[in-house]
Formats: sequence, structure tokens, C-alpha cells
Amino acid sequence: MNLHLSSRDIGIRTLDIVSERKSLEGPLLPILHEIQAEFGYVPQEALPIIARELNLSRAEVHGVVTFYHDYRDHPAGRHVLKLCRAEACQSMGGDQLAERVKTLLGIDFHQTTLDGAVTLEPVYCLGLCSAAPAAMLDGEVHGRLDADAVDGLVAEVRA
Amino acid sequence: MTVRIFVPRDAAALALGAERVAKVLASEIEARGLDATIVRNGSRGLHWLEPMVEVETPEGRIAYGPVKSSDVAGLLDAGLIEGGNHALCLGKTEELPFLKRQTRLTFARCGIIDPLSLADYRAHDGLKGLERAVTLAPADIVAHVTESGLRGRGGAGFPTGIKWKTVLETPGVRKYIVCNADEGDSGTFADRMIMEGDPFVLIEGMAIAGIATGATKGFVYIRSEYPHAIATMTEAVEIAHKAGVLGTSVLGSAHAFDIEIRAGAGAYVCGEETALLNSLEGKRGIVRAKPPLPAHKGLFDCPTVINNVISLASVPIIMDKGPIYYKDFGMGRSRGTIPIQIAGNVRHRGLYEVAFGLTLGEIVDDIGDGTASGRPVKAVQVGGPLGAYFPRALFDTPFDYEAFAAKDGLIGHAGIVVFDDTADMLKQARFAMEFCAVESCGKCTPCRIGSTRGVEVADKIAKGIEPEKNRELLADLCNTMKFGSLCALGGFTPYPVMSAMNHFPDDFSPAPIVEAAE
Repeated sequence: MNLHLSSRDIGIRTLDIVSERKSLEGPLLPILHEIQAEFGYVPQEALPIIARELNLSRAEVHGVVTFYHDYRDHPAGRHVLKLCRAEACQSMGGDQLAERVKTLLGIDFHQTTLDGAVTLEPVYCLGLCSAAPAAMLDGEVHGRLDADAVDGLVAEVRA
Repeated sequence: MTVRIFVPRDAAALALGAERVAKVLASEIEARGLDATIVRNGSRGLHWLEPMVEVETPEGRIAYGPVKSSDVAGLLDAGLIEGGNHALCLGKTEELPFLKRQTRLTFARCGIIDPLSLADYRAHDGLKGLERAVTLAPADIVAHVTESGLRGRGGAGFPTGIKWKTVLETPGVRKYIVCNADEGDSGTFADRMIMEGDPFVLIEGMAIAGIATGATKGFVYIRSEYPHAIATMTEAVEIAHKAGVLGTSVLGSAHAFDIEIRAGAGAYVCGEETALLNSLEGKRGIVRAKPPLPAHKGLFDCPTVINNVISLASVPIIMDKGPIYYKDFGMGRSRGTIPIQIAGNVRHRGLYEVAFGLTLGEIVDDIGDGTASGRPVKAVQVGGPLGAYFPRALFDTPFDYEAFAAKDGLIGHAGIVVFDDTADMLKQARFAMEFCAVESCGKCTPCRIGSTRGVEVADKIAKGIEPEKNRELLADLCNTMKFGSLCALGGFTPYPVMSAMNHFPDDFSPAPIVEAAE
């Protein structure tokens, strides 16, 4: 993940990513996934290039980027903690755990701590409903969480 | 002979520490100079016992669980590699009651084989269905699937054979098989388990669908919340391609079929088939009006079969053992088996594949063994966030598409989430509306606006503001959403809301207003 790039660098890298995937059937989502993997978010500077290369209007590309929850318009914190908020996790006390995490981090969902350490996000089901309550920290899954376990996760991202 | 020790790689097992167990086990095996190798299998589905480690012995596989990484040394001291006794020993895996009572057709290999070993897959009857399919005429394959009575396991329960027949009979220079692996319903994980535990069965099912309908290209659209499934499927497709299971000549036949894995981007509504097709095309995941049906005009306006993971993964065994074998399981118009996912506040959580017809009570009380918290069961949500809440009074409902519909509920993707008596059903109803508001694609008004108004009305009820009038308003709103929405998101959100209100009226009555004593 490359942060602090100039607009020109973003443009060059975006063009590479688009060129590599242009021939796919329905290439826009794979392109956006790769752009987010590269930059950590989908930079505004990338949109006109994607639109031009795929022969789409800029509005269409903007519409797609903003429709999907996954795409960010600014970089996330160094860690991303996703807490499952769906029913199976609710049935096992997920709401109380979410409140605990929010208090410990001092942020709400969709926010990043001031030190840039962690972004907290809700997720509606990780498919770990038999190991509820569940969370995902930087792509790693955690199940059967209790107060001690979430304290551990928070300590990990704060370290 | 080298002993095989199985440590699952299924995400549920990983979430419970399987990776650490595997690492410690590997280093202990090396340090002790033991003649043993670790196989990373899928999950058997007994998730309350995960990570469940198994050892292959001459008498069969012996299970241990739940194993923590700190247990590994002790297990080896107790003679783990000979299946030695230990406090965590569960006995022979096949004899565990939770497994023994199941009828595993679709999940026959899940948790048993190495998911990425095609040799293992073949050794356990894999590819037999496809081998048979390449010798048959497309119409005969379709007839087999129709005869089996297989219905869409994604939730709608539409006969799979009819869908395939429509695509077969629709002319088109290019046709597609799209696998809907956007398993977003809370309480469901069967798709994830099969993709992580037996990916070749899905590939085989899709190839059969391709041959049956004349489609040469398949897409698996997997939600981004499932990175492990995406990785396993991607690797499996590469292996299948190299082995000639996929490619220009499927198993050496004249049929060409290829598969591409695509990741979703966190939109629940993309589990709706037409929204999924738009998403695959690179558009916003907006629902399309039907007709035209995807079978006529689907992906890129081409005839398209779009099926759920489990529907496609059930096809190989139907082709191998014949439609009658499959059809003989089940009840009424619900034929075959259904992988029930038991989740939430329940002791025996996991996947239980069984013929249709068990009652909800048997599933929750008997198989699930009651709540994990030990408190009484209050409600059970069946079929994900768009499914109804069932009270104990309806526990005699048999697991069957029609029986559930008759009780104003739905089986959906067969996920069951159990709640104990601490659940507040008004809160659950509000959440259903809130979820719909967050995830609505915005195309139709009842869903887009109705869900937000629903949250507000639920809040008014909770605050005790004109409760009777607002309950009536909520029911009226649900009626509008149910009949006026374009797809199941807005159309089915009323199920959890209305069932909560009808079956648990006490939770919808505000706290009594304290009046000053006269």
C-alpha cells in the first residue's frame, strides 16, 4: 500500500492497473479493488482516468465507487477492525461488545482514531455465525469474542 | 507409515485459533521427530468443537476438540498420533451423534478431504457426475436435474431444472453460468464452508451446468467478506484448469468451459440475482425489473443460469447417483437434503445436512441442544435478515418450503439464529428496518423510503408515542413494502418485522406511563 503519492504517480499507477484489466468482462469492480489494494482507498484522481479508459462517463464511475460499502474515499487507519453487527452476533451479545470497543477506542463506527491507528467499521455478517460474536482485524478472523478478547484486539491495534 | 493429522482451514476454525494450533503442532512434530503430516481440511461443521483436530488411525479418524494451541503438547504426550486418550478426545469422528444422524450428500466430502487436492477429490467420488454428464446430451442432463426435484437453495426455491431448460432453449451465441456466492444472510455459512472445504464440487457443478445449457463461461461472485473462500476458490480453479477439468476441452470432451472468480464489494443487495448481474457487469448493484428473466437476458444481455452455491454443488451427486436417489430424500415438494446452519445463541452450533422434514423444534432443542447461555429460547430467526422470527409455539413447523410459507415465514438459505429470553423483539424489528435502509439499492420507493420510515415508527413505539396508532402504521408500512417492492430486500423485510410484532406483542407495548397517585 502506497500512501503520500503525488497526483501524477496516482495517475500513472492507475493507468497501469486499468490497462492490465481492461480486457476482462465487466472490468470496473476488479479495477477498483486493485486500486484500493494499491492506494488504500480510491483516490479522486483515479476516476477520470478509469472513465476515459473504459469509455464511461465520470458520473457512472463515481456512482459505482460510492454505491459499494467497500470503497473508501480516504485512507483508513493503520489497522481496520470490522465488528459484525448482524443478528447471529447480536444474539450472543455483539451489541454490548461493540459499545465496549467504541468506548475503548473513543470512536464510533466509520471513524478513525486521532493517532491514525485504527478504523472501526461495522460489517453485516462474516459468515462466522456459529462462532459469534465475530470480528475481522486486518483480514484475520476472530470468533467467540468476549470482553477479554476484544480488550486484547484493542491492545493489539493500539500497540 | 506417515500419520495424517487434520487441522481445519475453514474460516470458523481459523477464527477460533486453528492457525496457531497448526503452527504449534507442526513445530512439535518436527521437534519430536514424529512421522506425521498435517492436512488442512475443511470443517466437519461441529463448530462448537472447533478447532477440531482429527487423526487418521487404522480404526478410522479420531477427533479432539476444541483444541487450543496450548493443548497441543499435552495431546502429543497422550499419544495423539495413535489416537491416544485425552480429556479432549471425542472418539471416532464418524460416531459423533451430530454427524452420524446427518445425511451428507452435498457436504459428503467437506471436512474429510484436502480441499485443494484433486486426487483426494477423485478418490472420494469426485468428478463422477461430470464424467457422466459429458457422455449425455444437454437435454438429458437438464431432465436429470428436473427429475431430482432440486430447488434453488439460495432461498427462492425455484426448480433448478426449469431454469436450466429455459437457458438451454434460449438461442444465444454466448451463455453464462453465474454462481451466486454473495452469502450475506446472517446465520448462513454453508456456501462459505463448501467453497473453503470442497471447492471442486462447486466447479464440477458449474461445469455440468455449462454443458447442460451450452454456456462456456462461468463466474463465481463471492462477497468480499469471505477472503478465505475467494483464495481457496481461486486456487481450485487454477488446479482444475491445469488438470483439464476446465478449459477448451472439459475432461477431454468437445465441451469448453471456464470459470472466473469475482469479488463483491460489500453490498448485501448484490445477493439479489439481477443486482448481482449488474455488479458483475461493473455497474452499481441496482435491482433490474423482471421480465426479462436472467435465463433470457442475463449477464451482458445473454442467456444466463444464475444459481446459488449449494444448488450447483448438489448437482454432481445427482448426476452421479441419479435423480431418483436424490429425490427419495425430503418431504412434499421439498426434495433432497438441505444444509441447515445452526447459529447464534445455541449450544451445538454448526452445519447439519439432512433431508427436508425435521421440525424446527427438533433442530433447535434436539440437535442444537438449547441455548448457549442456558436460558430459555425466546425466538428463532429462520432465513437470514429477511426471515421471520418464530416463537416456540411454532416449533412444530416442518423444515419445508411450503410449510414455512404457510406460517408466514421462509426457509431462505436455511440459516437458523437462536435468541434467548433476553432478546427484545422490538429492537430486532427495528434492526430489520435499519438493515434494509442501509442496504437498499434505492431503485424502488417502498424499500428506499419505507425502511427509513420503519425505523422511525419503531422508535416511536419504543418511546411510547401513540403506540396503538404506530403499530397500525408499522403494519400498513410493511404491507406496502411487501407488495410494492421490486425485490426481496424490501419485499421480505416485513417478515421479521411483522413476525416479531405478531408473535411477541408484549415487546411492542411501551413501558406503562407512571401516573401520579391520586
